[in-house]
Amino acid sequence: MNKETAVIRVRDLVKKFGKFTANDKLCFDVYEGEIFGFLGANGAGKTTALRILCGLSLPTSGEISVAGLDLYSNRERIKKRIGYMSQKFSLYEDLKVYENIRLYAGIYGLSRKEIKQRTDELLETLELEAVRNKRIAELPLGWRQKLAFSVAIIHRPRIVFLDEPTGGVDPITRRQFWDMIYQASRDGITVFVTTHYMDEAEYCDRVCIMEAGRIDAIGTPTELMEEYKAENMDEVFIRIAR
Amino acid sequence: MKRFRGFVIKEFNHILRDFRTLLILFGLPAIQLLIFGYVVSNELKDIHIAIFDQSRDRITRDIANKIISSEYFIFDGYLDNTHEIDEKFREGKIKQVIIFEPGFGENLMREKSADIQLIADASDANTANLVVSYTSAIIQDYMMDLRKNAGAKMQIIPEIRMMYNENMAGAYMFVPGVMALILMIVSALMTSITITREKETGTMETLLVSPLKPIQIVIGKVTPYIILSFFNAVTIVAMGYFVFGLPVQGSLSLLLLECLLFISVALSLGIFISTIVETQQMAMFFSMMILMLPTILLSGFIFPVENMPEVLQWVSHIVPAKYFIIIVKSIMLKGTGMAFVWKETLVLVFMMLFFIGNSVRRFKIRLE
Repeated sequence: MNKETAVIRVRDLVKKFGKFTANDKLCFDVYEGEIFGFLGANGAGKTTALRILCGLSLPTSGEISVAGLDLYSNRERIKKRIGYMSQKFSLYEDLKVYENIRLYAGIYGLSRKEIKQRTDELLETLELEAVRNKRIAELPLGWRQKLAFSVAIIHRPRIVFLDEPTGGVDPITRRQFWDMIYQASRDGITVFVTTHYMDEAEYCDRVCIMEAGRIDAIGTPTELMEEYKAENMDEVFIRIAR
Repeated sequence: MKRFRGFVIKEFNHILRDFRTLLILFGLPAIQLLIFGYVVSNELKDIHIAIFDQSRDRITRDIANKIISSEYFIFDGYLDNTHEIDEKFREGKIKQVIIFEPGFGENLMREKSADIQLIADASDANTANLVVSYTSAIIQDYMMDLRKNAGAKMQIIPEIRMMYNENMAGAYMFVPGVMALILMIVSALMTSITITREKETGTMETLLVSPLKPIQIVIGKVTPYIILSFFNAVTIVAMGYFVFGLPVQGSLSLLLLECLLFISVALSLGIFISTIVETQQMAMFFSMMILMLPTILLSGFIFPVENMPEVLQWVSHIVPAKYFIIIVKSIMLKGTGMAFVWKETLVLVFMMLFFIGNSVRRFKIRLE
């Protein structure tokens, strides 16, 4: 982790839907190469913030830069430098494994040679060579999830945004999924992940806890546990919520 | 461009791998053609007619009055020569011309027999049939009265001619309608479903985060449907020609261009629907309610628009298929060119621009 460079810089981000304020003056930095967890109950506003950073939604006000570029003036260039995986499943079930990879790699402008090479690499790492020609619909959910993550970073983005990526997945697959996140982080990809599983918070380098549109706490899990005199992140969260 | 091509290939894969989609795309046209071969009959009202009276005597006036005063027809005036008959029909305003032979009344009195000719615009075979049989019945009625009074055996012989469709083939009527229906379903319904499907599965967001521009996504999604719809249009025209012997009197390229225009209208409507609804079910429901039923019922496809209650006639003005059917009939059956269909063409162009404009606007709102 390189604390010098902030790949995401957010100052006074406000997002309003009519009278409802979903994000209220958020301020935070995400450093290069770290795993940054965005925590909070459902409806706390974490997905809203993530969508804004990905360019899926426009902020009402605030200064934001992503991957070193200003969000307002460089949306198209930012898109090439980020990857995204949503809580909903994002591969095409009626397409074969290699077709999905080829499609996304192609969308991100990879050359035919690169596509072939990275497809082989990816299938080898995931040990999915045998199902190369199978449709996604035929794969177990755990495999799909891992594949989806690999596809989301196939263009080697600087930052990958994961919106509750482990929702509805069994504990073993969740653990394996986090191994992949670590690997991506080791490869220099900054990971921005939202979750409401508190045990996952402990896997993050730094976390940010949101409640009712505001940031309540931000820091490394150890710092937060000390600050709130808690045994684990679950307790931290409960103390804050009180 | 390469990104875009990969995206279109993906779209084709979706279509070719879904049995239901394939069925709608290719099974439907054939089934529809067969089903609508059986034409639904209905009541007549307010049919515009003209009379070419070469005799102008008391009896022809009596017969004309009797026909005009019936509730079925609206009298558009007397014609002066045979050229005018052709002209009136091409304009599409009148559905029937009644022609009395010269010296009609005299012939009837002296020779006890006179000829009357009924020419109907049979590009709408169903209406033409009804119009002619109603008129014949009124003439028959008049003759019975005359016989009773005069006591003599007199005969009026109606000679019937169906303009544009001499054999009264039902295909003449339903082929343009089926074409409108198929293109509407394939283009609008399928587009709205395929776009909402991506919204539902969450892949739309992934695409929106990617460097693909929204316009590329939309064009990429509709391109296969433009190609397949156009292929369908050609198939229907070819089936009409080879199976039902339905000729294309006018310019084939103009006909195909108009098909392409109608496909574009339907596609933009489909895109518009997909910006309103979130789920495939809703897209399906919307498409059925606001596209299919009006296309079948209010476009003049089965039921003549002239016979509908006034309110429904107004509604029919916003049904794109109505204009398309008029255009197709004019080009295919009457052999007319752009000079006769430019108004309808313009309406379709405006409809397309309206839907595209609104889709873009709604799309922007969604992003904010």
